[in-house]
Amino acid sequence: MKKFLYTLIFTVLLGFLFTGVALAQDNTPPTDDEVNAVAHKLYCPVCESTPLDVCPTEACRDWRELIRTMLAEGKTEKEIIQHFEAQYGARVLAEPPKEGFYWLIYLLPPAVILAGAVILFRSLKEWTKPKAAAPVSSGARSESSSSEKDDYVARLEAELKKQK
Amino acid sequence: MFAEFGYGILVVSFLVAIYSVFAAVYGATNKSAAMVESARRSMLLVFPLLSLSAAALIYLLVNNHFEVAFVYEVTSRSMPTYLKVTAWWGGQAGSLMFWSWLLAAFTSAVTIRKWDRDIEFLPWVIVVNAITLIFFLGMVVFYENPFTRFWLVGGNVEPHMFAPLNATLFAAPDGNGLNPLLRHPGMVIHPPMLYLGFVSYVIPYSFAMAALITGRTDDRWIRLTRRWSLWAWLFLSFGLVLGGRWAYDVLGWGGYWGWDPVEIAAFMPWLTGTAFLHSVMIQEKRGLFKHWNMILVILTYSLVVFGTFLTRSGVLSSVHAFANSPIGPFFMAFVSLTLVVSIALVIWRWPILRGETEMKSMLSREALFLLNNLLFMSVLVICFWGVIFPLVSELFTGQKVTVGPPFYERATAPIFAALMFLMGVAPLSAWGHSTVQTLGRAMWKSAVAALIITAILFVTYTQNIIALIGFFLIALVLLVTLQEFWRAARARQRAQGENFLTSLSRLMGRNRRRYGGYIIHISMMLMAIGILGIEIFQKETQGSLAQGEQLNIGGYTVEYRELASWDDQGKGVNFTRAVVDVYEDGIYLGELTPRIDYYFDSQQNMTIPGNRSTFRDDLYILLVDWQPVSSMGATFKIFVNPLVNWLWIGSLLFLIGIIFAAWPDKDPAEEPVRAARSVRQTNAAD
Repeated sequence: MKKFLYTLIFTVLLGFLFTGVALAQDNTPPTDDEVNAVAHKLYCPVCESTPLDVCPTEACRDWRELIRTMLAEGKTEKEIIQHFEAQYGARVLAEPPKEGFYWLIYLLPPAVILAGAVILFRSLKEWTKPKAAAPVSSGARSESSSSEKDDYVARLEAELKKQK
Repeated sequence: MFAEFGYGILVVSFLVAIYSVFAAVYGATNKSAAMVESARRSMLLVFPLLSLSAAALIYLLVNNHFEVAFVYEVTSRSMPTYLKVTAWWGGQAGSLMFWSWLLAAFTSAVTIRKWDRDIEFLPWVIVVNAITLIFFLGMVVFYENPFTRFWLVGGNVEPHMFAPLNATLFAAPDGNGLNPLLRHPGMVIHPPMLYLGFVSYVIPYSFAMAALITGRTDDRWIRLTRRWSLWAWLFLSFGLVLGGRWAYDVLGWGGYWGWDPVEIAAFMPWLTGTAFLHSVMIQEKRGLFKHWNMILVILTYSLVVFGTFLTRSGVLSSVHAFANSPIGPFFMAFVSLTLVVSIALVIWRWPILRGETEMKSMLSREALFLLNNLLFMSVLVICFWGVIFPLVSELFTGQKVTVGPPFYERATAPIFAALMFLMGVAPLSAWGHSTVQTLGRAMWKSAVAALIITAILFVTYTQNIIALIGFFLIALVLLVTLQEFWRAARARQRAQGENFLTSLSRLMGRNRRRYGGYIIHISMMLMAIGILGIEIFQKETQGSLAQGEQLNIGGYTVEYRELASWDDQGKGVNFTRAVVDVYEDGIYLGELTPRIDYYFDSQQNMTIPGNRSTFRDDLYILLVDWQPVSSMGATFKIFVNPLVNWLWIGSLLFLIGIIFAAWPDKDPAEEPVRAARSVRQTNAAD
């Protein structure tokens, strides 16, 4: 008896679950916004550099309809994107997948920039190393600044005087 | 007749340019002033010659000479005359010729200046400009000839310049017509502006090369080309801004910048150009970083040619790439060759390009300028790699990939934030020497005020952390910059006893570059407000409406009223125009009319948004689709773009700032401040 009850409850729950899914599918056809949200993450396989959600061509319209159908079938965004990638290659993704050769696009710029920064700071340190006590022959622009006074104003006033 | 004439003149100008190179080199190496003068005059001749050739082409364009292939491709009978004229730069061949014509004009302008004390530069300036011109003219003469005509040969229509055997001229009854996207007023002036910017950067480069070749490596070349670089920067910036506005108005994706490879192609020389603009100041004031300035101007030149190559060779097919052509390899060769030769010259002259003083402090203005350069270069590295990576990938894996906005946005956003911070700090630092204390003293008030503003925004406007960081930096830069105006004007007021406004205007008049620069900084911050607004807070929705139905978005209600579709045979366009009523919180704001124009000749659509623009936000409505039958349902895509207007307001102020800085004047402050050292340097170079 107990067993029967459990089975009954289980069946009913399962039934609810399925009808629930079915209801969700029937009642809410994907909106344009849901379609666009997925399409925005994909790039038109024909007209390069154009996101699928804004591409005006007939082909892209069909692809958006495909997304709508897939959404209606209950496919997730990830599945749809995977489908497009499998079908048309990595170019439909907004940026290359993080794998293999494609890592280069993500790693090279930071490496170069870092190298640049290191070189710059090394040279800066080199240049600003306090040389022997003798003052370096400075540019005509560097004004002597008394420490107690706002040296900005001093500098400015000196410049103004020069212009008079 | 006109085609042969135009082409003939083109060939003659090509030959004259070649002659001027030889004459200039001979004149310079044999100290023959007469030969240099001959080179100068032949260079002066190229511009009127090319103008004649251009006049012939324009005649053909305006008078529907569809036997000329270029005319057939870019015009049609229904186009108004002004568009037929501007179609000159609407296609590959014409735009390369346009490039050459501009370069000839600029070179002429440079060669007729008074040369007295810089006469040793003259031949080499001519050589560099002429070689660039020869390259572009060569493309036009041999590969992309705008005067090529159609011939009927044994039943086939073939394009040739001159009549093949037994051929008759063939003229189509009507032309293809210009790509409708290019018929927008913004697009009519956007390419010439970009080209003006591109071409005017050739001039500073030619002076830099002349300085390297002659060994006169003081900063004379920088002083001579200061205005050129500013104007070049003005045109390039203006071209970029116009491009953004054009995209916003006609491309129908609700944005202004899509990180498209061709946009980046124009953005890259702007980055090095901007870095150059800052770093030349260090050389002028402190005599430092001469190598670096040379490298920057060389990079800018290479990127200008590279940018033209990207847009013109069709190597990256993108929304802008309207053409595919055989000129790619030649462009590549030219870019590589000029880059290698220029860098070789820098290395050759390395020893005499040493700095004249020492750096004294990591926080001095020159050090901060250097940091600014590093940041601009970082953005350049990201852009360059992003643009060429699809090609690299195709080469090595056979797979072409897309490098889209997410990549660029993620990579460049922190760098732009750092640049903004620097914009807030650098104006307060002193040449030669600054410390944390002096900087802190100068900026703490602004920093506190910026924090308060950010706190207010946190409470009233947004909790988005990125937006708040952005707004804090914007507030900081604006306050610091305004405080700079205030302090300097007050100081002058005290010293001179003038009233505040007189002080301010005289101060600015006397230091055009500095205060023009500050105006540009302020305008950049206004633009940043717009960019933050649209990037972070943009909302969009799409829906199909029957008449009388509504869509809600961001407090707005959009109600579809009616739709009409009609042909305008005179213009060769079918217009489909929807009328929607816009309400905000129940209050009627007015109607908007998004439409789609279909051009019969080129069979292309153009999507014109209905846009309601305020300081707070833009309501931007696109007509996506409609049912032609009686039901008259229509699909709309609606964007709310907060704060985007500040982008355009900032752009306007930006132009004002550059013009203010670049405006010619007799400024006593222009005289070299490091005169003594310059003389020493010149003597040493002699």
